[in-house]
Amino acid sequence: MSEQLFDLVVRSLWISGTALLLALTWSLPLSLLLGLKKFRGRKILISAFNSLLGIPTVALGLTLYLLFSHAGPLGFLGILYTPVAIIIGQALLITPIIVSLLTSAIESVDPNLKDLAKTLGASERQASLAILGEAKKGGILAGVAAFNRAISELGIALMVGGNLAGATRVMSTEIARGVTTGEMALSIQLTIILLLIVFGLTVLVNLAGKD
Amino acid sequence: MKKRAEVITFIAVVTFFILIVAGAPQSGTQLMVATTTSLYDSGLLDVMAEQYYEKYGVHLRFLALGSGQSLEHARRGDADAVLVHAPELENVFLSENAGGARKIIAYNFFAIVGPSDDPAGIENTSPTEALHRIAQTKATWVSRGDNSGTNIREKSLWAASGFESEELSDEDWYLESGSGMGTTLLIASERGAYTLADMGTYLKYRAENLIDLKVLVGEGKGLLNVYSVMAINPENHPHLNFQEAVRFIKFLISEEGQKLIGEFGVKEYGHPLFYPAVQLLKENLDPQLANWIRECAFFDDSECPDQYRLGQDELYL
Amino acid sequence: MNVIMELKKVTREYEGKSALCGINLKIKHGEVFSLIGPNGAGKTTLLRIMAFLDKPTNGKIIYKGKEAWGPNLTKYRKKVTMVFQRPLFFNSTVFDNIAYGLKLRGYSSEEIEQKVDNVLRLVKMEDFQERSIKKISGGEQQRVAMARAIALNPELLLLDEPTANLDPANTKLIEKIIKKISKITTVVVATHNLFQAKRLSDRIGCLLSGRLIDVGNTRDIFSRPRDERTKKFVRGEFF
Ligand SMILES: Nc1ncnc2c1ncn2[C@@H]1O[C@H](COP(=O)(O)OP(=O)(O)O)[C@@H](O)[C@H]1O
Ligand SMILES: [Mg+2]
Repeated sequence: MSEQLFDLVVRSLWISGTALLLALTWSLPLSLLLGLKKFRGRKILISAFNSLLGIPTVALGLTLYLLFSHAGPLGFLGILYTPVAIIIGQALLITPIIVSLLTSAIESVDPNLKDLAKTLGASERQASLAILGEAKKGGILAGVAAFNRAISELGIALMVGGNLAGATRVMSTEIARGVTTGEMALSIQLTIILLLIVFGLTVLVNLAGKD
Repeated sequence: MKKRAEVITFIAVVTFFILIVAGAPQSGTQLMVATTTSLYDSGLLDVMAEQYYEKYGVHLRFLALGSGQSLEHARRGDADAVLVHAPELENVFLSENAGGARKIIAYNFFAIVGPSDDPAGIENTSPTEALHRIAQTKATWVSRGDNSGTNIREKSLWAASGFESEELSDEDWYLESGSGMGTTLLIASERGAYTLADMGTYLKYRAENLIDLKVLVGEGKGLLNVYSVMAINPENHPHLNFQEAVRFIKFLISEEGQKLIGEFGVKEYGHPLFYPAVQLLKENLDPQLANWIRECAFFDDSECPDQYRLGQDELYL
Repeated sequence: MNVIMELKKVTREYEGKSALCGINLKIKHGEVFSLIGPNGAGKTTLLRIMAFLDKPTNGKIIYKGKEAWGPNLTKYRKKVTMVFQRPLFFNSTVFDNIAYGLKLRGYSSEEIEQKVDNVLRLVKMEDFQERSIKKISGGEQQRVAMARAIALNPELLLLDEPTANLDPANTKLIEKIIKKISKITTVVVATHNLFQAKRLSDRIGCLLSGRLIDVGNTRDIFSRPRDERTKKFVRGEFF
């Protein structure tokens, strides 16, 4: 093994955490729009995001590879086989998860609360944020589900990250590589850590979410 | 006004993250080398990367793919150099002018491995005879089926024994794993089947007690496995780091690099996983073996015909 | 007398049907004004317009001499607070609900604690700070909703049927609170309870089918209503 277990875990957390933050920058406003505003095409958009929930990571990985490859349209960015590529890929992967879960959480909040917030002095945006605050349980769950999906996925990290030692190697790609090279002990260790992170987060959130 | 402020905040946040990310882990230059999985998975290249970084301050980044895929990535300009073991494909690659400055750096042998009771009775026969017997007894065979260098060799061995792999796919006893060497070995072991293995992966799996398979046919001419390195043609992809790629090739054929290759695995497995090829070819140390390598991996009597040397003639002195 | 809010020819339509029609109304500084009328008359619709929650389809709202509904809407909303007929709450504690509007106004946490304390004492709920809003009775909820509005020191407090679903004891308590608060702020109460209007208000507006048919001093409306329909209404014939 050429790489410290610790480095791998930290890199995985950092890459998928950044992917989550990046995805939130567009998923939050999008979910607020879909959850609060009535407009034509809203239903279609929502079902589009729902159907993207199960998008295969290899499909997304291949598409992004073709885009980011030097021969591809975004090749000039030079981000193929860097953490940036994985982050972008994972952020796209988890966007439908966040948007779907968060939108339905926001939809389940009484829309009149927006008026309540306004009459207590909130601006339009503060009122939307208040609704988001009411949906925070669902929102946190969406965030955790999305993060777990990102940190567990393999296809994107492999195809646009390249599993480069010391640069883009993450837990999932190292688990897969460990199996093909006979380093089972390493794969098993990493799998346990990955499961601990995934389950640990979920349990933590459920505990915190209790009234 | 308010709208614009929001857009600006949004862009600022996104840029901020991208900057964090881009600025984080990379220090020093790096050289991207697309390579075959069997070579990478042996662990040799990680050791090499460490040594290389200490010496030159350059990170070798190895992209482990099948040989065919590695060459394809190189064609697209996604790697600076390739390290593969598929002479037929390399020949095409050179003739397309996709890359050059090819140097043969190492060799080892594939092996036909199988259950120790050897139901088809192939031990110590020739590779073609072995495959014949396997087909006749309908003993189970697991093929990689993934167009890797090993898979290509496997197909040409079957062809030399008079079987086309397309027809074989229809046979009940002929399985295709569609996976890497390790998984293929695991499957063969589970099912008491035969397969073609590269020695590096085989030894590692056996040392970890993951498989119950024995080398039955090995070290013959038909099972020779030759590794070579090429730089990508800078005319096709000026953004690539050609000078750094040449330095890497020089390192591989240097005494230091060759020694590293030849000594890797000795401690762990009792003998090397790869044998250095440079001295062998240059000084004709073992004429029979050198001739096998030439027959197997030379084009027009040369490891790299003049027109593909990309101006690096000193590599061939 | 000083006018705090003036509505000029305000109309409001829902899908073509008009819920308010040509409302002209002046609310005077410091008074308690009751809007009376049967269910569906348009009381809630009018209060929502006065709270700057809904925009009138036509007409103007003048707040302290300036026309509202411009870019400074939020500034106006901070001065006028409405308590809804069916009280709404954030799913949290009593304290958090009251603190929300105070936080928006930038008070420090000590100031907020102080204000929440004071206002809860006013509605006789000192010990309820950390209670979950879901786990208190309807009467208590209504009092929290009042407290939440009062804590913001609004210039104009709009109360929509504040005692509609309450028992007599809670009704009495709420009316007491309105009396107290009316000493420092202007109050508009929508109610279909005539006696409540009589008990609380300085002036009364009578709303019927979206039209303000009569406005006057409380005593006048009850003793000498100008409009035939007001006369019927105060006699209870509309119920
Ligand atoms: N959001 C709405 N959409 C359609 N019609 C409405 C809406 N809100 C109120 N209305 C109508 O406006 C009229 C006045 O309602 P409202 O102001 O609630 O009366 P009140 O509060 O006096 O009982 C009613 O006929 C009601 O049906
Ligand atoms: Mg009403």
